[in-house]
Parts: sequence; structure tokens; C-alpha cells
Amino acid sequence: MTDTVTQDNEVPEGQRRLRANAEDVIFGMSPEGTHVWQRVPYDAAHYGPVSDFATDFDHADPAYNPSAPEVWKQLREGGCPVAHSDRYGGMWVPLTHDTVHEVAYDTEHFTSRAVVVSVGRPGDLALPAPIGGAPPITSDPPFHAMARRLLLPAFAPKQIEPWEPEVRKLCNELLDRMGDLTPGESIVDAAVQYAQHIPVNVIGRMLGFPSKDEDLFRRFVHDALERIAEEPGTRDGMDDLGNYIADQIDDHRANPRDDLTSYLLNIEIEGQKVSDDIAGGMIILLLIAGIDTTWSAIGSSLWHLAQHPEDHQRLLDEPDVMTFALEEFLRAYAPVTMARLVAKDHDFHGCPMKQDDWVLLPFPAANRDPLKFEDPDTFIVDRKENRHAAFGLGIHRCIGSNLARLELKVAIEEFVRRFPRFELAGDVRWSVGQIRGPRELPVRILAVAD
Amino acid sequence: MRLHLDAEKCQGHNRCYALAPELFDVDDYGQAVLLVEGDLPTELQEKARLVAANCPEFAIKVLED
Ligand code: HEM
Ligand code: SF4
Repeated sequence: MTDTVTQDNEVPEGQRRLRANAEDVIFGMSPEGTHVWQRVPYDAAHYGPVSDFATDFDHADPAYNPSAPEVWKQLREGGCPVAHSDRYGGMWVPLTHDTVHEVAYDTEHFTSRAVVVSVGRPGDLALPAPIGGAPPITSDPPFHAMARRLLLPAFAPKQIEPWEPEVRKLCNELLDRMGDLTPGESIVDAAVQYAQHIPVNVIGRMLGFPSKDEDLFRRFVHDALERIAEEPGTRDGMDDLGNYIADQIDDHRANPRDDLTSYLLNIEIEGQKVSDDIAGGMIILLLIAGIDTTWSAIGSSLWHLAQHPEDHQRLLDEPDVMTFALEEFLRAYAPVTMARLVAKDHDFHGCPMKQDDWVLLPFPAANRDPLKFEDPDTFIVDRKENRHAAFGLGIHRCIGSNLARLELKVAIEEFVRRFPRFELAGDVRWSVGQIRGPRELPVRILAVAD
Repeated sequence: MRLHLDAEKCQGHNRCYALAPELFDVDDYGQAVLLVEGDLPTELQEKARLVAANCPEFAIKVLED
């Protein structure tokens, strides 16, 4: 254990492997010809659109996210608890709560070394298991628990609660920025003008990064999570991300301050300061993990309210219903599907899984399993029993869940308060890939609070 | 009626603390801490069932005597 960690400490102090240059081996660096990435045998052009999700599943088919709940329902009702695909070099997709739960708990057969399905798997030169490129999300036991423990205190409920006034202020600034609106006429984009700005601002402030870099962060997220069918080594945005983080590390080392970046530069594992690779990987994870996930959750929730004025009214009349509504938004519109790689050949309920096959973990599908949730495809604003898995299950439970809940709650509260009535006003554009949410969400404002 | 928390299973989703701060606290790592011991007073029993039914990791059990 210690060996894998100290190995990285051989990098002389001050030397940043994060910075992109030819020989480096880091998260985000994907030079072709090295073994950082191993190209999987998959050519998207040969496949085209999905015709049957049971045997040719592709979550990155643009038709998937807009209608994912129907896809899960059809597959389950057609007797398919685990879908398969030859795409991405081989991929399995458990669809029931039980099978998703089982994979999430089984860290022996399923490794987190890569959690975003793409045409490249981490190769021999990528940061090794059990650490991975962005700990703790890419880590397996036993390293995982050590990395996770370092981050948990910063995101524990009592550390997050004090951020509430700041998040509320931010939401109101965004609403103010929409300018003078004419009820019944004005159309705003709730995703572009509102939802997408909230998480990016909050995490930027927590990490102590300049707020003017907001657009850059969103581009990093796009490069990391959406450009999954592009050749490894050509996603140069990933190099920019490595360079950006290295610059921030330099700046924080020169001017230490009270923020998460300075904290992460000083953490120790087993008495050893962690390398910049590991600290940088964690920073990258925090920057990426909270942005389009939370933005998607906010967007989907507002999309729901735009079409369900009765739920909107209930939130206005009985603000306490939010305790349950918040969890129901997260259940019904869970934005995050994760992935694993099969660690060794494994028979999973009759599915012959081979080492290095991908396994998608659609927590959103688990949340609509009729065996676990009554009337799962109905949104019940005050659903009392709601054991949803939006933040994952098992050891990788979302570290940012308290922050995400705070942002989601405040974002909805302030939006519905400012606009007591609004409706859909045009086509919604959904994201593509593992994070599901509206990227364009035009709504017509029907009433504005004074 | 009593409440049981399986600390091994708890992953810190904090659903219990959010729903019933009178029954659960959280530590510095966000892990649940059970605040009550022994028989639950009648007025807390419904809350206890509610939290047990909402823990995503099945870490909370209601023991009916
Ligand atoms: C609604 C918003 C969010 C959702 C639905 C969500 C969902 C998830 C899920 C499902 C996982 C489990 C990953 C796995 O099993 O491989 C996860 C992990 C993680 N999330 Fe989130 N997340 C959200 C927001 C955030 C925010 C705001 C942050 C922090 C700033 C964050 C930081 C993390 C981290 C660090 C992990 C890795 C934990 C580990 O591997 O131990 N997330 N998230
Ligand atoms: S709800 Fe369950 S997992 Fe979450 S903190 Fe409480 S006991 Fe732990």
C-alpha cells in the first residue's frame, strides 16, 4: 500500500507532473504512442444509431437521454435486467436496483479505475490501481478509503450549511441579471442563464479559483465527460486542464490561503505529503464532479416544474414539502450514471463478463425500479419513502452530496419564488452521455414576484 | 421500539440527520451518530420508521419488541 503511494513521492518537490509535456503520465495527459490510454476496438461510425437497446446499448446515442426512463422501462418489461453492447470494446448495463447495487458493492470484480466510458481505457502507464487518475473516484480499496477520508471533513453537513446565504445570493444575482421581464411574454433559458452558473461558481469559490474562469471550467467538464468517442490523445482540452490546475497549484503554493486547494496541497497519507499528481487529481475531480451533475439536477427539476404547476404551487403554499420534494427530484431525475471496468472474468447472473469490459452503473434506472419504488414513473412531490440512489451506493457515495443538495434546494426555492408561474416555451436540448439533464431549457415567465 | 444503526453500512448519505435531527447527528466525516438509546418514546416512533425507510444503504433498522 505505502509502496504505491511513496512511488509517486519520488518526484522531486516542486516538479509538477501535472504539467503537460511529452513524457508525463497524468490524468488528462493522453499522448498517443504511450500506454496512458489503451485504444479500445470501437469505431462509432460503423455502428450508427441504436436500433435495440437490449443488445446494442449506447448511452451516448443522442436519442437516449431525452427518453431514458422509457428505455429502462421497456428493457425491464421485456425481461432484460442487464443490457449489453459491443460498443466501446464491450459494455454491460444492469438496469434493476438489485443489480446496480450488487455491482456498486462488489469492488473485487469491478474496478473504478475508469468511471467514464470512452473509446480509451487507462493503459499500463496511467496512474496505477488502486489510486487512479482522480482519487478517490478512480480508486479501489484499500487506497480509496484513505483518499476519501481526506476529503470528507470538507464536505460534511456542518461545513456545508454555512454556504447557504452565499448560494442564495448567487441565485438571486442570476435572476436579477435576467433583466426586466414581461409576464406572459418574456422567455428565459433556465439552463443557460441560471442552472449552469450555480455549481461552477460555488466550487470555484471553494477551491479559490478566479471566478472569471467559469467558462473554462465548463469546457473542461465537456472535454472530460462528453467527448468520449474521440481518439485518445486528441482531446487537447484535457492537457489545458492539467496545465490550468498546475498553475493554480503554483499560485496557491506561493500565496497560501484558506481554501480547498491550499488544504489539499498540505494533506498527508500515512505521514507522507501526497504528490502533486494525487492532490491535482483530487482538485480536478472536485472541479469536474460537481459541475454538470448539479447543473443537470437543477435543470431537470425546473423542467419538471415548468410542466407541473400543481407541484410548483405546492412548493409555494407549503415550503416544508421541500424536504421530500428535493429527494423526489433527485430520485426521478437522477443525473449521474457511473461506470466500472470488469477487473477479472466474472459470471454475473448468466452474463459472461470479460476482464476490461465496461459496466455502466445507471443509478437513475435503479431509482425507477418498480420492485423498490411504488409507482416509480410518477413524480410524487411528497413521496415519504424514498431510498433513492442518486448519489450512488456503497463506498463511493457522492462526497459532494450535502453541497449538491444545498445548491439544488436553494436554486429551486429562489426560482419558484421569483417566478410563481412559468411554462415550457420551446424545445429542450438534453445532454449527451453519462450525465443527464437539459442543456437548453426555454421557459416562458408567466408571473414575476415583486 | 428501538433503533439500530449499522455503522459499517452507513456511507454518510445524511438522509437520517436531515429528516430526524432529534434521532441522529453526524460526525466530522459526515457519518451518522445515533442519539437515542433503548426504547423510543411514542412521539418519535413514526419518525424512526421514516428514517429507516429512507436510508439508501439499509443501515438503519427499527426493532419492534
Ligand atoms: C446533484 C448533483 C450530484 C450527483 C447526482 C452526484 C452523483 C455522484 C455519484 C452517483 C457518485 C458515485 C460515483 C461512483 O460510484 O463511482 C459521486 C461521487 C462523487 N461526487 Fe458527486 N454528485 C453530485 C454533485 C457533486 C458535487 C457538488 C461534488 C463536489 C464538489 C461531488 C463530488 C463527488 C466526489 C468527490 C465523488 C467521489 C467519491 C468517491 O469516489 O469516494 N459531487 N457523485
Ligand atoms: S441515511 Fe443511512 S447511510 Fe445515510 S447517514 Fe444515515 S445511516 Fe448513514
